[in-house]
Amino acid sequence: MITEPFGYHAPKSLSEAVRLVAQFGADGKVLAGGHSLIPLMKLRLASPKHLVDIGGISDLSYIREDGDEIQIGATTTHFRIESSDLLKTKCPLLPETAGEIGDAQVRNKGTMGGSLAHSDPAGDWPAAILALDAEIQAVSARGERWIPAREFFVDLLATALKGDEILTAIRLPALPSRAGDAYLKLHHPASGFAVVGAAARLVLGENGSIERAALGITGIGPKAYRAAAVESALAGKSPTTKRLEEASAHAADGVDANSDLYASAEYRSHLARVYTRRAIEKALERAQERTDGR
Amino acid sequence: MATKLLGERIKRKEDPRLIQGRGHYVDDFRLDGMVHMVFVRSAHAHARIKSVKTDAARAMPGVVEVLTGADLQGKLGLVPCAVAMEGLKIPEHPCLALGEVRYVGEPVAAVIAAEPYAARDAADKLEVDYEPLAAVVDPEKALDKGAPRVHEKFPDNLAFLAKLEAGDWKAIEADAGLKAIKARFVNQRLAPASMETRGVVASYSPGEDTLTVWSSTQIPHLLKTNLAVMTGTDEARCRVIAPEVGGAFGSKLNVYGEEGVACFASKKLGRPVKWIEGRRENLQATIHGRDQINELEVYARPDGLIVGLRCRVIADLGAYHQLLTPAIPTLTALMIVGSYKIPNVFVETKGVFTNKMATDAYRGAGRPEATYIIERAMDLVARELKMDPVDVRMKNFPESKEFPLALATGVTYDTANYQKTLKKVLKLGGYGKLRREQERLRKKGKYIGLGLSTYVEICAMGPSSRMPAGGWEYGTVRVERTGKATVLSGTSPHGQGEQTSFAQIVAEGLGIPYDDVTVYHGDTAVVPLGIGTFGSRTTAVGGTAIHLATERLKKKMARIAAHKLGVKPGELVFEDETIRTPDGSKSMAFAEVVNEAYNATSLPPGIEPGLAEQSVFEPPNYTFPFGAHLAVVEVDAETGEVRLRNYYAVDDCGRVLNPMLVDGQIHGGLAQGIGQALWEEHVYDENGQLITGTFMDYAVPKAPHFSWFETASTETRTPVNPLGVKGVGEAGTIASTPAIVNAVMDALAPFGVRHLDMPLKPEKIWRAIEKGRARAA
Repeated sequence: MITEPFGYHAPKSLSEAVRLVAQFGADGKVLAGGHSLIPLMKLRLASPKHLVDIGGISDLSYIREDGDEIQIGATTTHFRIESSDLLKTKCPLLPETAGEIGDAQVRNKGTMGGSLAHSDPAGDWPAAILALDAEIQAVSARGERWIPAREFFVDLLATALKGDEILTAIRLPALPSRAGDAYLKLHHPASGFAVVGAAARLVLGENGSIERAALGITGIGPKAYRAAAVESALAGKSPTTKRLEEASAHAADGVDANSDLYASAEYRSHLARVYTRRAIEKALERAQERTDGR
Repeated sequence: MATKLLGERIKRKEDPRLIQGRGHYVDDFRLDGMVHMVFVRSAHAHARIKSVKTDAARAMPGVVEVLTGADLQGKLGLVPCAVAMEGLKIPEHPCLALGEVRYVGEPVAAVIAAEPYAARDAADKLEVDYEPLAAVVDPEKALDKGAPRVHEKFPDNLAFLAKLEAGDWKAIEADAGLKAIKARFVNQRLAPASMETRGVVASYSPGEDTLTVWSSTQIPHLLKTNLAVMTGTDEARCRVIAPEVGGAFGSKLNVYGEEGVACFASKKLGRPVKWIEGRRENLQATIHGRDQINELEVYARPDGLIVGLRCRVIADLGAYHQLLTPAIPTLTALMIVGSYKIPNVFVETKGVFTNKMATDAYRGAGRPEATYIIERAMDLVARELKMDPVDVRMKNFPESKEFPLALATGVTYDTANYQKTLKKVLKLGGYGKLRREQERLRKKGKYIGLGLSTYVEICAMGPSSRMPAGGWEYGTVRVERTGKATVLSGTSPHGQGEQTSFAQIVAEGLGIPYDDVTVYHGDTAVVPLGIGTFGSRTTAVGGTAIHLATERLKKKMARIAAHKLGVKPGELVFEDETIRTPDGSKSMAFAEVVNEAYNATSLPPGIEPGLAEQSVFEPPNYTFPFGAHLAVVEVDAETGEVRLRNYYAVDDCGRVLNPMLVDGQIHGGLAQGIGQALWEEHVYDENGQLITGTFMDYAVPKAPHFSWFETASTETRTPVNPLGVKGVGEAGTIASTPAIVNAVMDALAPFGVRHLDMPLKPEKIWRAIEKGRARAA
């Protein structure tokens, strides 16, 4: 398992990294934790001529609170997110999602930004990021911009990042009051990726009805998606068992589901519905607990 | 009072170096002038090689040699198969393909360069022109008339047909009172997937004319003989070293073409050649395990007594025979009645060629298949007769007083008490309570299942009369001048921990500290003779040789001491570094006797100087460890997911020398056996492409997949060896697979599901539940 030859560059600053990425163009690839890119290189399925390792840029690894917002640096490891006390209080969906990624070794090395930039159709982060309406920061020599999560995932392994851009941060709103989140996942027994992963955020109204529901689903189709039909079937409704069941039935509507050795498209779609319902139920339970608790 | 060592949880001598990363595996050996080899492998399941163009590869920087099949023809021997069997068809198996490739991953050429990176890059430049041929992947289709031939000269793809028949089948067929229960099981193909892949360093010294080989192997001595023959090297000038071996599970009980090519290349170049297998190669081209189809008929009386078992076995052997390929499915026939006294047995085994990697020994090797067949059968009989699976088993167990017990299969089981282990596991798990809980939960739409496996296995391989290359084992015990003991074993442990248990045997025997004993194995220049580690034989056969050598050494030391002390040698005891009379009235320090032996100034007549004794132990029979396992699973009826809730294992491996080592073997074995039941499958598509070729697709079990294992034991010693030990290396793997499948089928009983083939993936279960629900509606 030996890669093709490549040049390795370890810039010490973001500006230097941006310059290198612009310089190498299509021949270059940004390396973060290496848990997506390096396996592909070892299989010779990816053969970038140059790697720009941003792992050594210290100010890209952080978790901070900024008013009602949380901002996370691109090279923050899954483990750091999983174990962050700040996030456990302010945005518990993130540590919950991080804890479901791969195994301990992967979580110690792999990064949130690397995972998002790779955009594996069965990755865990895309589901959470979509459900939280996060924004993703892209920096290039041309400047910086924030890309809404819904516009970020374009297709199989394809994102809205331009060739000269580096993913530098993720920002998202902290958990509002009367809200609850949940991420539920069926792990592939070999890869640890999601056969299905459903991330739910529910915000309740003062009367206990569902004010807003957001559902991010991964593992089913070529890219993670928001289950719009489920969300609209729930918005403004009171959360009865029947309603959750009926709404979740739309979880795979219009999605061209994957088929592989482990799960057929039909079964994946079924899983999307079941996991969506269970994620909503759990998010609801948590939202109600938080509401009752105050 | 002497420290007791045997039977104690002594910490492993192996662990400090391994845990600290200070052990040395093949890849850690770096020799002066060493070059690196990579293989170009077939991307086709079956194709004619029209041409191999090596020029572009040779022109790459750092390349020193490129070898193809034609370069080896007549100069390097074939990959050996050690099995002798009536009518067995053995295809020619060159180390590098010649003319045709017959499975994906078959080595076609070797590229050797100064650096592994250079060799790998140059390998991409090799041009092989193939003419694809029709491949046959399904072993049943391979037997059809007109199926593509894997080997042109074997028109029916049948490598062998073996029959085992005993009893009166006419009477069985005429008996209208018997219930016939039929089933078809697929025992899927698996990858052994040891953590360390294969690897070899071959170093030929032209001056000394010696060939030294470091290989990740289970059988250094047998490998030495085979490599000497293959390369035309004087065996006395050949040395094989198995350094640390990072797991093998049977997959390194072999002689591989790559090992032969490394030796050939080193001799040709006069430089050391290293080959380290990649993980993808390991999944493709290291032997696979299992892969059988079993058509079963069981004949039972209404009271649950089973009187006949008939099974047709189709064993997928792959394209070529590796060392033991055709022998593995014959072990299935040998153990097919399990722990039950079934008088009428008929097993027909067809070994079939397909365009896939060879199958061979993988932990259990033929016995997990047998255990799966019989233990699944017991549950199907129970369900058919509306009996509890416990009662059907109890009904068919022989009594402990019936042992040694000759069975219809032609083997004689040594000792057992099957009732005792079953009762113990039922108590450990709270079987009655679990059954009541199951009833309660079913009413709430929750489904748990209980699965039993009351297995017996055949171990301590074995008597030489039943083994392809001898079944004895060698041991030396030497006490050095300083009183430290050196132990040499012909076995080749690779994780099992016999550096620990052998030291326990010797330290307790000689009455010296455990830390004073060092065990060596795995170097043919250090250990004169040996067979190796496989078939749960290392302690039972190799440990016995060590024990016998220890006894011989003690006899000699006792004679030296007795001569000095003026007592009879037979009455002396070895304890606390002294050799003394039982009442302690006369004694000599151990060190004093050692000095006498080496200084040799006043030895008794007929005693040679020095303290080194050896033994070669030939076991009179196999041993037959057994046990009872109980799995409790929970099935999510909405998604088909299986959760392993509890696992209880009661194992009887005879006398236990170190319970911690036994626990380790059981735990690891359970992981692999449960892995087969729930997750693992090595899958080729209809064109013979391997679609589970990386760990992204091939599901090796991992720690988070498991719940806590509750283990316990009973101890029924064997008379087959003086230590009374039976073997435990494969028990967990053999027992657990049917326990899990029985548990899942038990959980699915309310949906009318009788059998599903492994691995029990959630979709399969979900579909079966949906079908059951539709039927019920």
